[in-house]
Amino acid sequence: MDKKEMTCIVCPMGCCLEIETDGSHYKITGNRCKRGEEYAVRELISPMRVLTSTVRLKNSYIRKLPVRTNGAIPKSLMFDCIDVLKTIELEPPVKIGDVIVKNILNTGVNVISSRSI
Amino acid sequence: MISYDIVVIGGGPAGLAAAVEAGKCGGVSVLVIERDRELGGILQQCIHNGFGLHIFKEELTGPEYAERFIKELNELNIEYKLNTMVIDITSDKVITAVNPKDGLIKIKAKAVVLAMGCRERTRGALNIPGMRPAGIFTAGTSQRFVNMEGYMVGKNIVILGSGDVGLIMARRLTLEGAKVQLVAEVLPYPGGLTRNIVQCLEDYDIPLLLSHTVVEICGKERVEGVVIAKVDENRKPVLGTEKYYPCDTLLLSVGLIPENELSQKAGIMLDPVTGGAVVNESMETSIEGIFACGNVLHVHDLVDYVTEESKNAGRNAVKYVKSEISRGGPKMIAKAKKGVRYIVPQVIRLDNIDKAAVLSMRVDNIYKDSKLVVKIGDKTIKEIKKRYLRPGEMERITINKGALSEASDSVISVEVSEVV
Repeated sequence: MDKKEMTCIVCPMGCCLEIETDGSHYKITGNRCKRGEEYAVRELISPMRVLTSTVRLKNSYIRKLPVRTNGAIPKSLMFDCIDVLKTIELEPPVKIGDVIVKNILNTGVNVISSRSI
Repeated sequence: MISYDIVVIGGGPAGLAAAVEAGKCGGVSVLVIERDRELGGILQQCIHNGFGLHIFKEELTGPEYAERFIKELNELNIEYKLNTMVIDITSDKVITAVNPKDGLIKIKAKAVVLAMGCRERTRGALNIPGMRPAGIFTAGTSQRFVNMEGYMVGKNIVILGSGDVGLIMARRLTLEGAKVQLVAEVLPYPGGLTRNIVQCLEDYDIPLLLSHTVVEICGKERVEGVVIAKVDENRKPVLGTEKYYPCDTLLLSVGLIPENELSQKAGIMLDPVTGGAVVNESMETSIEGIFACGNVLHVHDLVDYVTEESKNAGRNAVKYVKSEISRGGPKMIAKAKKGVRYIVPQVIRLDNIDKAAVLSMRVDNIYKDSKLVVKIGDKTIKEIKKRYLRPGEMERITINKGALSEASDSVISVEVSEVV
C-alpha cells in the first residue's frame, strides 16, 4: 500500500486528504465532500486546472479583458494556452460568457469572457 | 441637501451586497457611493477563480461574482455615484462627498452602511532598510497593473509575505512570463489559504521560505536585488543567514488594514485587534444607524462571507430606518479567549436574533487536532472539532437562539482547546 498526502483545492476548505493506493484502488480519507475524493484520484492520474488570464482590449477604459477556461484543462497546457491568449486583441462590447477561443488547443474547453464591457 | 434612507459607502462586494439586500427588503431609498470608475471594487482585478462556492455553489472569477451583484443592483434600480470620494461622515449621518460632476455635495442619510474595504500595508509600515528605488509594489497594486491596466511590473520577482494576493500574483506573474524566485514569509506558517499555497506556489515550483524576511533592498534607480535572512522566534533576523537575491521587483503581501479614517471621523469605536468597528449582532457600530460590513469591519479571506455579513448589515439598515431594531432586552458580550484573537460581532442583543447568531473569529496560531469551545460564563454550550486551525483562515460558528436565550451569564466566549 502506498500512502500520499495532499491538500484538496476543489474549494476553499482545503481539506487534508490522505490517499492509500495499491495501484488500482484508491482509498481517500480526510475529505469533507464527494468532490474531494474525485479530486485526489484525478490529481494522481492527470492534474487539471482552470486557467484564468486576460486578453488585450482596444478602445476601452480597461486595457485587459479577464477570461477563463469554462472547464479544467491539463496542467501541462497552461503556458501553451497563455501563448494563444497573447495573440488576441478585442474591442468592446464583450458580454460575460462570450466565447473568446473555441476548443482551445483541442482540449474541448472554451475560453470565455469573465466580464461584460 | 440631498437625502436618502440608506447610503452605502463603497461599491465593492460588501457595499453591493448590503445595497442589494436593502433594495430587496423594499420601501427605502438607497444610494451607493463608489470612488472608482466602476462598481465591483477589488473583485474586478481578482481575475482568478474560486469565488462564490458558498453563495452560488459554483466557482466564479472576481469579475463574474461582481457582475451578478451589479446586475441585481441595476434590476432593483438602486442609485449609485461613481468617481465619488466620501471625505467626511458625521455622527448625525451627514455625508460630505466630492466628484467632478456634482462638485462638493452633502447627503443626509437615515442609516449609513460602511463598506470601504481595506488597504494594503506598505513598505513604510515594515521599515525595511535600504534604498528607495522603483520596482517595489504592494501585491494588490501589481494585480491591478497586470490584470486591468495591462502593464507588467517586472521580470525577476521576489515576494515578501504569503498573503493571498501575493500568492495569487506569484502564479499570475509566472504565467505572464516573469520569473518568481521565491516567497519569503516572516512567520513560521503561511499567511494565505492552503489552496493558494498549493495552486499558486507548489504548482509552479516556487519556493516558500518560512521564517525569512527581507532585511535590505538594493538598487538606486530600480531594484537590483534584496537581502533575505532567516528570523528567530522573535522575528529578529539571525546574523550570518543573509543571502543576496538579484531581482528587479519586490512585491509586498504583508497584510491588509481596514480603511477606517471615515469611521474615526464619525466618532465610531474601533476594535484594536480587528482595526474595524465594534459592532453588534445587527452589524451596527457604536453609533446607532451606522452599520459596517466586509473588510472595513475585519479582513475576510472569502468573499462569500463578506456577502453574507453585508446582507445582514443591509437588512438591518432597513430595519433601523423602519424603527424595527430592538434597543433594550438582554445583551451578551463576545470575548475571545485562549488561542482566539478576536470575535465579530462583539455584542449580541438577543431580541434582534432571528434564529441564530454567527460568530466570526481568527485563531492566533496553527493548531492541529483541536477544538473550538464556546462557553457562556463557565458552561460549555458548543464544541467544534477541528483537524486544522490556521490564522489565515477565518472560523465561523453558528449559535442557535435557544442556546443564547437560556444563558445565565452575559459573556459568551470562544477558546481553542486540545482534543484529548
